[in-house]
Amino acid sequence: MSWSVNDLVPLPVMLPLFAAGLTLALHRRPRIQRIISTTALAGVVLASLGLLVAADSGPVVVEVGGWAAPVGINLVADRLSALMLTVSSVMILCVLLYSIGQGVPGSESDPDDSTPRREIIPVAIYHPTFLVLAAGVSNAFLSGDLFNVYVGFEILLAASYVLLTLGGTGERIRAGSVYVVVALLSSILFLTAIALIYASTGTVNMAQLAGRLTEIDPTVRLALQLLLLLAFGIKAAIFPLSAWLPDSYPTAPAPVTAVFAGLLTKVGVYAIVRTQTVLFPQEETVNRVLLVLALATMLVGILGAVAQNDIKRLLSFTLVSHIGYMIFGVALASEAGTAAAIFYVVHHITVQTTLFLVVGLVERRGGSTSLDRLGGLARVAPGLAILFFIPAMNLAGIPPLSGFLGKVGLLQEGARLGTPLAWALVIGSVVTSLLTLYAIVKAWNKAFWQSAPEEISEKPDSETRLPSGMLGPTTALVAFGLFLTFAAGPLYGYAERAAEASMDGHTYVDAVFPNGSQRGQGESPDAVEGEVGAELSGGDE
Amino acid sequence: MVILENTPSAVLVIAIGVLFAAGVYLMLERSLTRVLLGFVLVSNGANLTLLVAGGRSGSAPIVGSSPTDEPMSDPLAQAMILTSIVITLALTAFVLAMAYRSWQLNGHDEVADDVEDRRIARLAAENAPAFEDADATETGESLDEEAAEVHDDMAPSRDELRHADETGGAR
Repeated sequence: MSWSVNDLVPLPVMLPLFAAGLTLALHRRPRIQRIISTTALAGVVLASLGLLVAADSGPVVVEVGGWAAPVGINLVADRLSALMLTVSSVMILCVLLYSIGQGVPGSESDPDDSTPRREIIPVAIYHPTFLVLAAGVSNAFLSGDLFNVYVGFEILLAASYVLLTLGGTGERIRAGSVYVVVALLSSILFLTAIALIYASTGTVNMAQLAGRLTEIDPTVRLALQLLLLLAFGIKAAIFPLSAWLPDSYPTAPAPVTAVFAGLLTKVGVYAIVRTQTVLFPQEETVNRVLLVLALATMLVGILGAVAQNDIKRLLSFTLVSHIGYMIFGVALASEAGTAAAIFYVVHHITVQTTLFLVVGLVERRGGSTSLDRLGGLARVAPGLAILFFIPAMNLAGIPPLSGFLGKVGLLQEGARLGTPLAWALVIGSVVTSLLTLYAIVKAWNKAFWQSAPEEISEKPDSETRLPSGMLGPTTALVAFGLFLTFAAGPLYGYAERAAEASMDGHTYVDAVFPNGSQRGQGESPDAVEGEVGAELSGGDE
Repeated sequence: MVILENTPSAVLVIAIGVLFAAGVYLMLERSLTRVLLGFVLVSNGANLTLLVAGGRSGSAPIVGSSPTDEPMSDPLAQAMILTSIVITLALTAFVLAMAYRSWQLNGHDEVADDVEDRRIARLAAENAPAFEDADATETGESLDEEAAEVHDDMAPSRDELRHADETGGAR
């Protein structure tokens, strides 16, 4: 039996889905559940790493079910997909280990959990849902077919609805309602966009769309692009569409918030990158609109963060704010800009997930996430202070950490573009960065330095003790963030090659249609007849 | 192979418009049940859009089942509609469960405002420390206390927990 790297491509979707079924069947055996989900997600990390290496020498394409590309659904792992997949799978694995270490009420390791402060995670449903979420994220990153991207989005969203309302407490149901309704709306917009794209081009395959969308009426094309951007903009939480995020994220359990903050918005950003580079390149007006929105997202988000008095909410607002940086990079519509955006996405997934996990630790040790009630943590828990300080400074973009490097890339490209709007963005980025530092330092001063309003005992008792199962994954993620700083050269190079391949307009298409027939038809005068012929021959295979 | 005529039928187009308009109107309501009905209407509108995108109906899209000169229906559009119907069904069930849980907890299924948001807004409006603010809107406590309760609420008391296990925990 021959083995090829193509076999790796479906694994990040299949492994978690299969494991989700197993863990659901074995819901009465928490220990086996944990072993299965950890193994499956570790497998996803390994598969993603394999793809990361393989995709550097050209996109890896798999035709699912053996049907050739325009007829069947295909999975494409190019550099961008593989990079996103690798980072997200590392995050998901670490968050899973963290939530296992947190100890779950009702499980055998923690039989009499009566502390009112503990997070409530019904173990039977947690693991399967978490695995389904992982499968959805992988599917959205890998799919080369627009409708399959929609299915991936729905898989991860359905899982996220369940995770966000875990336990069904009043506050979670309230926050969950807002989140679910907004997400449903964006899904409908996406589905409508797909229907209209299918009506105007007759295909939902992204590589084929890249060719055909250039042939249709520019007004229709603009409408389709805006509809897609609207749907993805809600998911990515770009400014006028971002109000749901800080409202709904902070109420969930710490690991759930961490994985949402790290991944869900970034799936939206990834979809925007794909839309702007592969499907609809060169649309000056849209790029200008995106630049304005990026500026608004940064400033409104960070001003919201400054006003907050609760670390979880503060971090949710910085999350919104920093989405602006990524949109800035994408809207610059140059290889260097997109490369900086991709690097920034990788950095931000890591640092935001880490910070939410650390806040979970702070909540456990200090008993609250409200800055008015916390204090003196630097004295009673110096290790925790270090774990918070490093990613916090990374988020604010203090040199030489990876956040600084990503921002420098964006600023350089903005300055090189040199239009008044680009300069406004450059200034806005710097102001946002400083305000992030202000918000983070405020959180640091109040939680770690000020004298504690309620005395936190020096010696932790059983309920405030930080188990090594939680500390370990958090430390690993802080280390991973530092690793991104040290490996920034190769990583940035990879992001540049990913951006180059996405922007050149043919690498992606050539990989899906190796004999070049689809691309050629896009330019020939008798395109319509040729394409119908190609579809028929594809169907015969 | 005959290419299908792609002009959509006016009835379908009008139906799509009505479904979207009515659905959007319902989704703007505060009650979750109405939002859910709105969602069902809008998603059916989207499904019809997919159907229209596939062109006019023809014979069954199986090679050899009908004469070759007869136009076939587009099977891809129908496959996509089927997928989206299944997804809609699952999400409808979830939102129904959530509305029921909300009714169970609060006696209504309306989506409430975020207490933290209101507190921050008041802070900004008065430019005064929140702890001096003793407003008595709903529960007779200050918003600070309400917000604090909300935080503690995340890990409910044992009674609530047991209750959740019996009722909502199964989800």
